[in-house]
Amino acid sequence: MTDTTGATPVRGPALDRIARRLAAVLPPGAVITDPVRLRTYECDGLTHHRAVPGVVVLPETAGQIAAVVRICNEYGVPFVARGAGTGLSGGALPRTDGVLVVTSRMRRVLEVDLPNRRAVVEPGVTNLAITEAVRPHGYYYAPDPSSQQVCTIGGNVAENSGGAHCLKYGFTVNHVLALEIVTPDGDIVTLDADDPGYDLLGAFVGSEGTLGITTKVTVRLLRAPEAVTTLLAAFGSIEQGGRAVSAIIGGGIVPAAIEMMDALAIEAAEAAVACAYPAGAGAVLIVELDGPAAETALQSAEVERVCLESGAFELRTAADPAERAAIWKGRRSAFAAVGRISPAYIVQDGVVPRTALPGVLASIDRLSAEHGIRVANVFHAGDGNLHPLVLFDDAEPGAAERAEAVSGRILDLCVEHGGSITGEHGVGVDKARYMPKMFTDDDLDTMQLVRCAFDSRGLSNPGKVFPTPRLCGEVPGVRRGAHPLVESGRAEQF
Amino acid sequence: MDPDIDPRIGPGIDPGLIGDCVHCGFCLPSCPTYVLWGEEMDSPRGRIHLMGQHVAGTPVTGEMAGHFDACLGCMACVTACPSGVRYDRLIEQTRAVVEREHVRPPADRAVRELVFRLFPYPRRLRAMRLPLRLGTGLRRRIAPALERVSPSLAALADLAPEPVRHRRLPRRVRAVGRRRATVGLLTGCVQGEFFPQVNAATARVLAMEGCEVVIPPAQGCCGALSLHSGRPGQAARFARRTIAAFERAGVDTVVVNAAGCGSTMKDYTGILDGGWADRAAAIRVADLAEYLVELGPVATRHPLPLTAAYHDACHLAHAQGIRSQPRELLAAVPGLELREIAESAICCGSAGTYNILQPEAARELGDRKAERVLATGADLLVSANPGCTMQITAAIRRAGATPIPVAHTAQVLDASLRALREIG
Repeated sequence: MTDTTGATPVRGPALDRIARRLAAVLPPGAVITDPVRLRTYECDGLTHHRAVPGVVVLPETAGQIAAVVRICNEYGVPFVARGAGTGLSGGALPRTDGVLVVTSRMRRVLEVDLPNRRAVVEPGVTNLAITEAVRPHGYYYAPDPSSQQVCTIGGNVAENSGGAHCLKYGFTVNHVLALEIVTPDGDIVTLDADDPGYDLLGAFVGSEGTLGITTKVTVRLLRAPEAVTTLLAAFGSIEQGGRAVSAIIGGGIVPAAIEMMDALAIEAAEAAVACAYPAGAGAVLIVELDGPAAETALQSAEVERVCLESGAFELRTAADPAERAAIWKGRRSAFAAVGRISPAYIVQDGVVPRTALPGVLASIDRLSAEHGIRVANVFHAGDGNLHPLVLFDDAEPGAAERAEAVSGRILDLCVEHGGSITGEHGVGVDKARYMPKMFTDDDLDTMQLVRCAFDSRGLSNPGKVFPTPRLCGEVPGVRRGAHPLVESGRAEQF
Repeated sequence: MDPDIDPRIGPGIDPGLIGDCVHCGFCLPSCPTYVLWGEEMDSPRGRIHLMGQHVAGTPVTGEMAGHFDACLGCMACVTACPSGVRYDRLIEQTRAVVEREHVRPPADRAVRELVFRLFPYPRRLRAMRLPLRLGTGLRRRIAPALERVSPSLAALADLAPEPVRHRRLPRRVRAVGRRRATVGLLTGCVQGEFFPQVNAATARVLAMEGCEVVIPPAQGCCGALSLHSGRPGQAARFARRTIAAFERAGVDTVVVNAAGCGSTMKDYTGILDGGWADRAAAIRVADLAEYLVELGPVATRHPLPLTAAYHDACHLAHAQGIRSQPRELLAAVPGLELREIAESAICCGSAGTYNILQPEAARELGDRKAERVLATGADLLVSANPGCTMQITAAIRRAGATPIPVAHTAQVLDASLRALREIG
């Protein structure tokens, strides 16, 4: 475990003064300064980065968040937004010298507008709660991260979260119609997809808290499909499963989801939730088809044929929601379930072109053997989004370092194959150091210009996404003189 | 040292069990106090973090103890956890540590003393029923004064149900028709004293399904309240006495109709050691619904034309995994329409002695539950735990709504089997 920004919280008199100011703009009990309580907020879902926040606040309205942000500006202290704290890249890692703004008390569904297929919710509403609110009327919210029962929509917006069904339906950015945000200066602003001009909404979604804090989200609702068919296919090996995936997509079918798990991941899920996947499987493939009944029936027959041709030794089809839930149960629990077979683990989130899957998986196998570190694989096979789970025993000296090394090498592999270091978990603090593997200094400097346009003082979630913290207005990197884009008049530096 | 608190479970909090938590947060939405307050330290993940801080050397502060005390012990997080964290064990161990290391304010201590000297002792409980006969009118009049003196005592008075005539159960109830099994019946403290009609119905249903029912008169508290409140010493003492009572009665299966008692008795091997653990293992404990479904019906079900909402008691649903069996039994009653209560996995706030020791949080949860129960529009609420029954009844009374009758699964089955028009 790394104490990312200092081991002991040092609460200077400045933070005490800030805490008193914050208490004046927030409801009673919404400012936490007790050190024992503060420490429970020291990490999100990624536990090997920890930092005890200077102050935690639990606001209930956008106005309160704006007031908090303005106070932070006044004192020049950083602020970090956090929802349920389930992120897997340390995106909500607090700052010991700053304020952690937790949206867990902002969880009202404000408006459901079925004729226009939209809902307006507060940022602390869980992803699943949106679907639950509209399910009785035959609607749902499409992006479905595995943690959907707990992760908040505010966090989904920050990370542009995906989920198993983003193969067909796209990511959060495709389902957010408008946002109300508090800018890093403390203004309340609305970004709407229908606004003419630059797509600021598109820039904000996935900005990992570096461009401000989401206070209200208008989401798109979809009609629940007429039919849903879920198939579970068991293969002897990952290669056979990979062949089936390529054949399905190559055949022109776009399933709602194609998920694959390898033997070790199956073992973990079995231990956790007794999902009863076929015994002896080297890989299982979950294929979900949805749409008009006639279409899914045809496609389902085709998928079955392709799976059998690719070597599937057992096929199961869920006939009702209970059976479908049983098939998904193992997959959805997979991350946390590896806790059953390993004391500690690192979840990776690389992306490779689908056709490179078999080669990359074989290389991961070799890496695993070389370093004596087990790697369980769970992935959104349809879009090449890998989630290798690097298992280690944190009590064993050196094991964490070896796991970290394997984990880093996996990302190298993804980049070498023309992929990405993150598919849906975000860069956060964890993968910031890998950004230079994908981007040149010029690329990163250009991204900084965008960031500085929103957050000129660098107070909104600093230390995330970018490998080296820089202050806006400073000359980025080692370059002297103005940024080439500024020089050429194509960009303005704030 | 108080022998009741003296830990038999172990010397402290097991760091290995803490290490099982991977901090994924899947437990958060299942936790009643997180649902109420939205604070990390009042979630299972946050409480485990606090336990970790204590194990790492932080003393039990008043703030820390407050967050542990606020835990209902409902075990919904155990159901939700994909990593298999034994939060049930962890909170038991933690409560024992808190009792040992933390000095509570005098008023808190007094209420706790009263509870632990009263509830686990049926005879003392019986004595308390007498003043409750003063009737609801007087109770309502003294309520504001009591609220000022102690919210806990006010909660206690508010919860107590209308007194019913206490009938002594026979030591043995013969099976109707061919005898299919012989079982012991736990009468419990609160169930036995406040809801004797539930025990009577349980015995009749078992008998009508072909069981000979043995009811040892010497049985006392099973130890659940003590175990869930950081008093493992007292719990173990009660556990040993309960085991001995059923051994003397010569039964190897004990049927329990109170969720909290059943879950504790199923865990006797975990709280006792040596020879007593072996003796505990020799007795099978089954919840009434679980046992009846296993046994299969032989008695004729007569129609009961009513709509019933079934309430999942935490110690049945989460601690024992019993959800389908009571629903199956109720749905099999001709004419009975079963309705689900929204948010059924969230605790009603009763949680053993929680509604007395943490009256404010309990009231909020009770109100939340009452609202959802009333929304079902059912004629009858079915609850398989005496604590839940009292808690939800009190919350519905507070809401000023038309009271909804509450019955135990056993009473519904009893009415159906005996072709009664009313559930009693």
